[in-house]
Amino acid sequence: MKIQEKVCILFAGDSGDGIQLTGTEFSNTVAHYGNDLSTFPDFPAEIRAPLGTVSGVSGFKINFGSSEVFTPGGMADVMVVMNVAALKKNLKQLKKGGLLIANTAGFDARNKKLAGYEGTEDPLRQPDLDGFTKMELDVTKMTREALAESGLSKKIIDRSKNMFVLGLVYWLHHKDLGHTVDTLREKFASKPEIAEANVSVLKAGYHYGETVEASYERIVVKPAALPKGEYRNAVGNQVTAIALTSAAQKAGLSLFYAGYPITPASDILHELSKHKNFGVKTFQAEDEIAAVTAAIGASFGGKLGVTASSGPGIALKTEAMGLAVMLELPLVVVNVQRGGPSTGLPTKTEQADLLQALYGRNGEAPLPVLAAHSPSDSFWATFEAARIAIEYMTPVIILSDGYIANGAGPWRFPKSDDLPAIHPPIVSGSSQGFKPYSRDSKGVRPWAIPGQKGWEHRAGGLEKEHESGNVSYDPENHELMVGLRAQKIENIADDIPLAHVENGVKAGKVLVVGWGSTYGAIKTAVTSLHQKGMEVGHMHMRHIHPMPKNVGEILSQYEAVIVPELNKGQLIKVIREKYLVDAQPLSKVQGLPFLASEIEEACLRTIQKLGNS
Amino acid sequence: MTAKDFATDQDVRWCPGCGDYSILKQVQTILPEVGTPPEDIVFISGIGCSSRFPYYMNTYGMHSIHGRATSLASGLKAARPELSVWIVTGDGDSLSIGGNHLIHLLRRNLDVNVLLFNNEIYGLTKGQYSPTSELGKVTKSSPMGVIDHPFNPLSLALGADATFVARIMDRDPIHMRNILKTANEHVGTSFVEIYQNCNVFNDGAFELFTDKSTKAAETLFLEEGKPLLFNSEKEGIILDGLMPKRVSIGGQYTLDDLWVHDPTDSAKAYLLSRMFDAAEESSRMPRPFGIFYAEDRFRYEEAMEAQIQKAKETKGMGDLDALLRGSNTWTL
Repeated sequence: MKIQEKVCILFAGDSGDGIQLTGTEFSNTVAHYGNDLSTFPDFPAEIRAPLGTVSGVSGFKINFGSSEVFTPGGMADVMVVMNVAALKKNLKQLKKGGLLIANTAGFDARNKKLAGYEGTEDPLRQPDLDGFTKMELDVTKMTREALAESGLSKKIIDRSKNMFVLGLVYWLHHKDLGHTVDTLREKFASKPEIAEANVSVLKAGYHYGETVEASYERIVVKPAALPKGEYRNAVGNQVTAIALTSAAQKAGLSLFYAGYPITPASDILHELSKHKNFGVKTFQAEDEIAAVTAAIGASFGGKLGVTASSGPGIALKTEAMGLAVMLELPLVVVNVQRGGPSTGLPTKTEQADLLQALYGRNGEAPLPVLAAHSPSDSFWATFEAARIAIEYMTPVIILSDGYIANGAGPWRFPKSDDLPAIHPPIVSGSSQGFKPYSRDSKGVRPWAIPGQKGWEHRAGGLEKEHESGNVSYDPENHELMVGLRAQKIENIADDIPLAHVENGVKAGKVLVVGWGSTYGAIKTAVTSLHQKGMEVGHMHMRHIHPMPKNVGEILSQYEAVIVPELNKGQLIKVIREKYLVDAQPLSKVQGLPFLASEIEEACLRTIQKLGNS
Repeated sequence: MTAKDFATDQDVRWCPGCGDYSILKQVQTILPEVGTPPEDIVFISGIGCSSRFPYYMNTYGMHSIHGRATSLASGLKAARPELSVWIVTGDGDSLSIGGNHLIHLLRRNLDVNVLLFNNEIYGLTKGQYSPTSELGKVTKSSPMGVIDHPFNPLSLALGADATFVARIMDRDPIHMRNILKTANEHVGTSFVEIYQNCNVFNDGAFELFTDKSTKAAETLFLEEGKPLLFNSEKEGIILDGLMPKRVSIGGQYTLDDLWVHDPTDSAKAYLLSRMFDAAEESSRMPRPFGIFYAEDRFRYEEAMEAQIQKAKETKGMGDLDALLRGSNTWTL
């Protein structure tokens, strides 16, 4: 038995092998027993991708540790492959000396052919696999044997083979089966025979581990020293939905969510449609434009109007976002980014919609842009986006991405009493002399809602006269209004936390500036470099527009600035333009997150260059 | 309250002689009779000449973006079922750029009123053909004549399962007021096509139906339970199987032979909507006006509220702390 600080496991198999379920259940168990973790599901875009082929491989990576874990890890310590295709696709992700667990039933002639292996070559004997420990077993056969007496059909029996693997991996890491047994019995409460079949196979997998114990070393990861408190599992999209319902409650408003199904944002709609007992209304619209405009209609009616989508859908919503800018009504737009352009890579992650969020509307149409940096952080980022939308009467874009949306990690969730109240500027008292586009000291206009007597007014997408809101084509008035709308957004900088250095040095050689889901990889890289004595710091941007007031000051404390992004350089354009610093990009557009090692290497290269100059 | 209480202090900026003036006046006239307080009324429009309408109504209102009045109003009505929501749109706004939202509004049957000002032309952009312009029409964008087959708005609405379908014209104010009041009383989406003359870019498009000299012979006013009579009761319509036929009264046919209007019959409403012959057809049928179809069907917003009530009853009122905790927690 060896003790390790962190272990990265990759489960891979055919889309129908139950890989996502296995990974999720393993995550829940290790979280339950006190490890910190981060996960990364990676599945094909097709619902039923061709069986046994490389394009049909579904993967689930989990990194769990006895210290804080910020990324789903780089190379896998343990890799489970259910067929040849899964091995072929992921071979390069297995760490030298790592353990490969292979289901030999998925390595027959047919599977070899489907994965593109020729002739008599045995994929498990290829030279690339020298130096790995291999555990080869016929999971399918052993699952059938475990359930030989069950009387269940072969089809149902075969479906539980992922539980055999799960049991075996639990054994490997000294994890108790109890949590999964409870989950199975709860999940199949109405079909106890299925529940017990799965439990039997789970135990059979664990016992198989015990019988082969002599040949393989078990790896133990001790519980992590996380901040004390009560935790739950957080999946990004689910937490985003919970934050929206929470913000509406804290503002004393009802939530109206309108969406159109799109990968990877649909889970927000699914989750919110279960919040009806909070008075949450969900509207599945006929298209993306209908979704955003219905949300604006609801906001006009005094609700918190929200819509979410991904790149292609956000593109369709841009005209309506401009309308919301012009109307000055609260609106939250969640963009769960995916690989683009056009349909792009629907199930893969990317951060290439930042400039679209900042500038992608006709006319001068600034609006606040925020970014979430992890599944659990989606809560605070989304809650803050809703607060700004309501208190500043403006549409707000909150950027998430596929990696955050589907990823999971432990979340020390807040109590409702700990959440700040949100104050909508709804009119009250006498309507005498009411002007719908008058402004308070922050530049915010009052919110008069249909049903309020004496406050009737008309709003629209045409330019409005300052204060009265009547249609105006006056040249000076237009310039004034463009300025007032922009100033209102700039004023938000007085009302948001200052930026800070997350970790590493507060001044020195290199500052790594990130936003969104690169958080974990940057934090891991900078922590590691700092521990090695390098002068590296990490600043992560939650508020991208407007930016906190001290960003320029922090940038000036370092000799070099690196901006890693999953795009061809977008935040870096803003930083260079705004602060006139010679920041350097680190770009990756493969539909995959950064590895911490990639960021670490970029920092080292820069430090070396600084040393040479 | 009077019609004046529903007018704003803004100058009305339609071209002199525009059919929109009459529609605005009739709407302002019926609202005091309807009795809904102005603060509970919202007028929502898209883009186009007709869409300036909300600026002239002293209620809540929004002049939104092209084609989206219907979707915006859907969100508003779903969020606030107690409000009286009116949509003002045109043939370009609701049948071209906003066609999708219109059909989905109709099938969902939210309780709103749709006033479709049909002038068979793009007016605000100065004279291009619209989705209701007739074939062959010469416009700025069709110098050799329109080659797009036009929409029949009422057939389209019936095809989308609209629960209230009517047609009126700008030059018949009394009929307009009656139908608008009935449309407002209808619980569900009321789809009202209004023939509206654009005297600048498409003058006389509906002259056949509005001019005193031709109106009697060219129009047919539908009334529930009454035979389909027109042309000063000299002519009527009979149904020969599924074929409407124009007949003279007195000789071979008497009043008893005529088709009696039943607005609850969707198949017959569709046949009426197809009485849509081009002006140049010599054996053309008269153009029907009035209520083609009316049906009582559940409303989207009502079903939505019912689900929320049910969820509250079965799951209990939402408890934010329970939501934040979820079903599976652990303590470190």
